Amino acid sequence: MSAAAFRIEHATPSSRIGTAILIALVIILALAPLWGGRDDLRLLAEIYSYVALASLWNLLAGYAGLVSVGQQAYVGIGAYALFALTMFAGLHPLAAIPIAGAVAAAISVPTAALLFRLRGHYFAIATWVVAEVFRLLAAQISVLGGGSGTSLPTAIVIAMAPSREIREYTIYWVALLLMMAIIGAIFILLRSRYGLALTAIRDNELAARSNGVDVARTKLVIYVITACGTAMVGALIFLQKLRISPDTAFSVNDWTAFVIFITVIGGVGRIEGPLIGTVVFFILRQQLADYGSFYLLMLGAIAIAVMLMAPKGLWGLIADRFGWQLLPLERRVVRPEATPPLE
Amino acid sequence: MNWVNIILQGVLTGGLYAMFAAGLSLIFGVMRLVNIAHGDLIVLAAYLALVVTTTLGINPLLSIVIVAPLMAAIGYGLQRLLLNRTLGEDLLPPLLVTFGLSVIIQNGLLEVFTADSRKLQAGPIEVDSIQIGGGLAIGTLPLIQFLTAVAVIAALQATFYRTAIGRAFRATSDDRAVAQLMGLDNRHVYALAMALSMAIVGIAGVLLAVRANFDPSIGPARLIFGFEAVIIGGLGSMWGTLAGGIILGVAQAVGAQINPGWQLLAGHIAFLVIVALRPEGLFPKVQG
Amino acid sequence: MPEPLLEVRALDAHYGDFQALFGVSLNVAAGEVVAVIGANGAGKTTLLQCIAGLIRVRDDAIRFDGVPIGAQPAHAVVARGIALVPEGRRLFPSLSVEENLLIGGQLGRAGAWNLERVYALFPVLSERRNQPSTSLSGGQQQMVAIGRALMSNPKLLLCDEVSLGLAPIVVRDIYARLPAIVAEGLSLVIVEQDIVQALGAADHVYCLQEGRVRLQGAARALSREAIAAAYFSV
Repeated sequence: MSAAAFRIEHATPSSRIGTAILIALVIILALAPLWGGRDDLRLLAEIYSYVALASLWNLLAGYAGLVSVGQQAYVGIGAYALFALTMFAGLHPLAAIPIAGAVAAAISVPTAALLFRLRGHYFAIATWVVAEVFRLLAAQISVLGGGSGTSLPTAIVIAMAPSREIREYTIYWVALLLMMAIIGAIFILLRSRYGLALTAIRDNELAARSNGVDVARTKLVIYVITACGTAMVGALIFLQKLRISPDTAFSVNDWTAFVIFITVIGGVGRIEGPLIGTVVFFILRQQLADYGSFYLLMLGAIAIAVMLMAPKGLWGLIADRFGWQLLPLERRVVRPEATPPLE
Repeated sequence: MNWVNIILQGVLTGGLYAMFAAGLSLIFGVMRLVNIAHGDLIVLAAYLALVVTTTLGINPLLSIVIVAPLMAAIGYGLQRLLLNRTLGEDLLPPLLVTFGLSVIIQNGLLEVFTADSRKLQAGPIEVDSIQIGGGLAIGTLPLIQFLTAVAVIAALQATFYRTAIGRAFRATSDDRAVAQLMGLDNRHVYALAMALSMAIVGIAGVLLAVRANFDPSIGPARLIFGFEAVIIGGLGSMWGTLAGGIILGVAQAVGAQINPGWQLLAGHIAFLVIVALRPEGLFPKVQG
Repeated sequence: MPEPLLEVRALDAHYGDFQALFGVSLNVAAGEVVAVIGANGAGKTTLLQCIAGLIRVRDDAIRFDGVPIGAQPAHAVVARGIALVPEGRRLFPSLSVEENLLIGGQLGRAGAWNLERVYALFPVLSERRNQPSTSLSGGQQQMVAIGRALMSNPKLLLCDEVSLGLAPIVVRDIYARLPAIVAEGLSLVIVEQDIVQALGAADHVYCLQEGRVRLQGAARALSREAIAAAYFSV
């Protein structure tokens, strides 16, 4: 029986419904400036940023097996690159976003060369040290405010768009687009042969290597892509904040701890995980906002509880129980005759 | 002459870092667990010392007698009730749970003690110094801290290689299934290892509280110093960990001397250079 | 007739979804040597692991000294007096020869076996007592593994494929010491692929095939043909 006789199918009934829901959601969200106020737009943009960051972290850790607690390095690099490019190279802030991504990608290559000399737990801690190094270096850059940071000059802010309203709408739509682009890119990656390689690596690295998967190069590619995406999101976040400082741009709590919590609560290793996780995270934040540091304490406790009781996350629980998927990523081999698909 | 003094200070500081590292190294060696909350537990110990010292009115250094066993008990409970359930092949569960623990401890301390900076006073011993000739002087307190670190590491070595419990640690780390065939309950062995690690954390916390200002947020930095010392020194070697701590301390001292803002950076760079040139560490006993 | 020391009754054992043992029943009397033979994958190692407590089963499926132990964890089973010499030796690489033996005696159970007696049984180990356990030859490592198990002063010793990977002369040397090992009435279960040695040493034989007992009987009473048929069963 020739290989060409078989077909690979991805969609399931649940994924068709899921895709339809997501498309409807995107349309509603794109029209948010019509039905939402300034605060709503800021909150939504923040949600999109976290979905993007969590999806990228999920790609790195859940699929490529690279558990990093130092991705805040690239958030900071992206943010600082944006400020530097707009303030000193005269670039329009929106144009600076992808370039910030490219800068981060370039920096990530030698960084990876260094980090990949370590494995597992040591790799994880080393990523944190690298982030600290970037934070400390940023604090040395006096033209960008040194240790206390700086604000984006008003002239640049005003020059972004004809009015404040349009500026805020623009940033909102860019945030939405960036999130969709990142999720879209991850989806395409996972559907491709690269994605198959990633799943193989995740399941059994040794077996993957002996089947011809170039593990080292795959991991490098994923690391660079993640760095690029993370930096672009970081650039956008701080464009919206209009102010930057080493401690905020390279904050391990904001850009790593929360991201990891989101991904784990939602479900590591599944593309739907970060979506669910971010929703839960923000609901919790709204509910517990009045409690100050108690809110963070609760968050830590919930993350621990989820990890112990539902290690595959909330989506993992749902997906395993009902066999659902929101996006068509499953791979099923289908025989040419009209017989039911092989499992 | 000034440089010799600087390096000497760095060596003494390195002893403290080695103590941060010793507990980490022990846990990682026995059960391959990375405790992200390790630094925060050191800070917790410092606050416990604060409470004990103010309640009982004793010299902070004496509080070690209470804080160390208390931390050991906390460690036993923590491992037995929580961390034992995360052990396994996967990296993420223990990483995440200890991350969660870190956030809980930091914010718990913040709620109870506020963000105010504290320091414990140990009395005249803090400013005493010993002349060692050639115009050099060593602070008495830093020297005591360094010698304590050396003593702790020597005790750990002795425990690991000359006692029955040390054999149990090594055997369980080698092969946990066969260790059970020897009558060893893994859950208990791991909890004992964590208790020992936390006892060291208790001592380190008291020394930290006396040496410098502390507040709830300084935990993660201590974790990083500890880890850097472990990785520089190499896995499986306690004396290597001491060497790693000393190298880190000296690098920081030299960096600080060149430019005060470069202290931490110098330490991190030294760490990354070792990672680049010799990732297994300077004195590794075990492979990865 | 006195109750057997070890009673395995209708034991089922699973690895995840895969069932390895189907209703296996087996008895070992005090002071008896029982051999369990069978081809690779027949379930012999699984059986020993169940008895030793590494695999938890129905509590009543395994009775030792009249007490159900099937659901007990391994460290509790050792305390009751069952010791396992695991397949492939599995010495502790971080420990020296003597440390491996000492940790076998970790529980401090009273009995005839101690360090001196183990060294008397296997003199070559005494010469190498401080060497890393993994630096010894295969046969010597097997001796350490057996000595380690003896150090817990068991009433029942389980030996899993002692002959595995060893030269015939070394295997004969080890089996020659068997009488000294069971001298005080220690009961023994030997799992072997080397049928000759197993039949030579045992009082009673069980033959496993695909997780079931195909044949059992007194070692002398079973014919070669019967054993071959049970071993390879078509």
